[in-house]
Amino acid sequence: MEVVLRNLTKKFGQVVAVDHINLEIRSGEFVAFLGPSGCGKTTTLLMVAGIYKPTEGEILFDGRLMNKVPPQQRNVGMVFQSYALYPHMTAFQNMAFPLKLAGMSQMMQAERVKRVADMMGIGHLLDRKPGELSGGQQQRVALGRALVKEPDLLLFDEPLSNLDARLRLVMRGEIKRLQHELGITSIYVTHDQVEAMTMADRIAVINEGKLQAFDTPDDLYDRPKTLFIAGFVGNPPMNFFTVSIRRENGDYFAESEGGLRVKVPSERAEKALAGGLEQVIMGIRPEDIQMDESGTSENKGPVFSVEPLGRDDLIDVHIGPDSVFLLVDPLKRVRLDDIVHLEFDTAKVQFFDPETGKSLLWT
Amino acid sequence: MATIQKAQEAVAIPAEVAREPKPRKLTWTPYAFMLPSAILVILFFFIPALILFYISMTNQSSANFSNPDFIGLQNFKTILNDRFVGKIFQNTVFYVVMTLTFFNVGLALIISLVTTHIERRAGIFFRTIWMLPRLTPSVVYIMMWKRIAAGPPFGILNQFLAPFGFEGVNWLSAQGNPWLFVILSNGFIGASFGMIIFTSAIESIPKELMRAALVDGASILQRIRYVILPELRWPLLFVVTYQSLSLLTSFELIWLLTDGGPGLYRTEVWALTAYKRALANYFGNAQWGYASAWAVFLVIIGVILAVVYMRYFRFNELVEEPKIEVL
Repeated sequence: MEVVLRNLTKKFGQVVAVDHINLEIRSGEFVAFLGPSGCGKTTTLLMVAGIYKPTEGEILFDGRLMNKVPPQQRNVGMVFQSYALYPHMTAFQNMAFPLKLAGMSQMMQAERVKRVADMMGIGHLLDRKPGELSGGQQQRVALGRALVKEPDLLLFDEPLSNLDARLRLVMRGEIKRLQHELGITSIYVTHDQVEAMTMADRIAVINEGKLQAFDTPDDLYDRPKTLFIAGFVGNPPMNFFTVSIRRENGDYFAESEGGLRVKVPSERAEKALAGGLEQVIMGIRPEDIQMDESGTSENKGPVFSVEPLGRDDLIDVHIGPDSVFLLVDPLKRVRLDDIVHLEFDTAKVQFFDPETGKSLLWT
Repeated sequence: MATIQKAQEAVAIPAEVAREPKPRKLTWTPYAFMLPSAILVILFFFIPALILFYISMTNQSSANFSNPDFIGLQNFKTILNDRFVGKIFQNTVFYVVMTLTFFNVGLALIISLVTTHIERRAGIFFRTIWMLPRLTPSVVYIMMWKRIAAGPPFGILNQFLAPFGFEGVNWLSAQGNPWLFVILSNGFIGASFGMIIFTSAIESIPKELMRAALVDGASILQRIRYVILPELRWPLLFVVTYQSLSLLTSFELIWLLTDGGPGLYRTEVWALTAYKRALANYFGNAQWGYASAWAVFLVIIGVILAVVYMRYFRFNELVEEPKIEVL
């Protein structure tokens, strides 16, 4: 089912939670709403579900205006962060609840629940109550309850946030696989950019109630349209420096006041200069920065912190007032206060207008 | 997968921690915590109850105050042979069951459900108003009910009914409906207790649970039936238990409104009889021994009911049951 949001707005009193959001979600697409806490992504989801009424704007399912249609008649399945299972009902009763309300016969209910439960691998847990299930099992029951009524639209509200890291990884794969196989249009709300990047076909980045971007994960990562997106997408986050761009012998150099100086590709530098700005914000991802072991690079500074992440160490090198985060091989045994030289790969460097936060490269 | 999980768990819990705790030495700390309430219960329930049992087996009255005779179960025989004891017993059951069902639980539940589903401030405002009778002195409160129920040409209810061609009647008289007013006046106050308990219980149901029910296709009545009421099981039992016991021993509003009348014992309840025999005897002859015997019945019925509720409703289990684990 195709979902269209047109100028969707929600105000709570004076507070604007969702501010004129426009989105078109294709049939069968898996879309993530990504943003920090309180950005309005859950509010948007609840409006799509029909639990909140929009203050302004329209919600269309396959071209049909849904604003006044109550949630019961929208045929959506929803999975909640807290699972929201009915505590006094068994797993079976929980999953059969939407079918029972729809007036389906007992036999049909049992058949449908059994089929979905087997698909979710919880067939043996059906007579247990939520209190007797682990978090992951509860989440599967909740997912089963959403799927059992064969919805046209699946809504996920941070469904994995309460699970431990390992289980989250497993469920992430399962949900993605399931959505792909069933082909049900899905909206997935999360504040975890890794979840959004790995699962979604397209990501709607929302901040302060406004839609920042609606793009594929790759586009968001390589061609961020705003400073917010550049900083929010990617882990560890992008490094930012305030720089001026100078031309020397046909090459372009970005220089910060603190002494950082890197050569940047002319194509990007020219775009950054086109606006006539004295200073711009330069963004470089940690993975595009390497330690220069030959020690010839002019960009050097003391190591301020070392965070072992297992596969890599995340280190913070101070060059003047600027902080540069990069990933290094733990075998290099970088220590605090070591002086390290850095090499910048600027092929994917980003430039932003410091005033508006808009990208100078992509529109 | 499962073995990996097992292995990790085994690593995570050091052996010393996982081992069963040793049986602890007897300490006085828990008893010290229980002491204040124990003193209150002993002082104001056990000792008076024992004294009551003793007095009920004497003929103590204002005539032989300091020198009563021990007469065994004579008082109880007198009560059971009383012409009106059956009537009073029926009245008491009727009064408790009707007030409890329709007001202390029924109306309380309806008010809670309605005021939690309308605009929040309006709900709070309405519940605050509903609390007011509880803050009003009983005598003033009952005076207002008497004005409402009064016979022509005064009664407020009669004034309202007059345009419909109703002739008017003293509602508290034998021609009116004294029970209706006894139950209404008690129920309007009684409902506010359940209202507070139910409202807080309804408001503590997780929002996501209600949203899940909405998305699952539940109408408002189905949400009440399948989500809210099951979540209210414990508060419901608590209110039923607490209120049935307190109704059983309450009499002051009936005493002020009808004094057990009209006529002979039309609205007389057990506790009112006990009170009258002991402290408000018409002839100035307070029969403490006899009245105590009436009260003994209430103590016994109360204790039996309390035990039945505890057992039958498995109170302990309900109290222990984790409400919702996942929060």
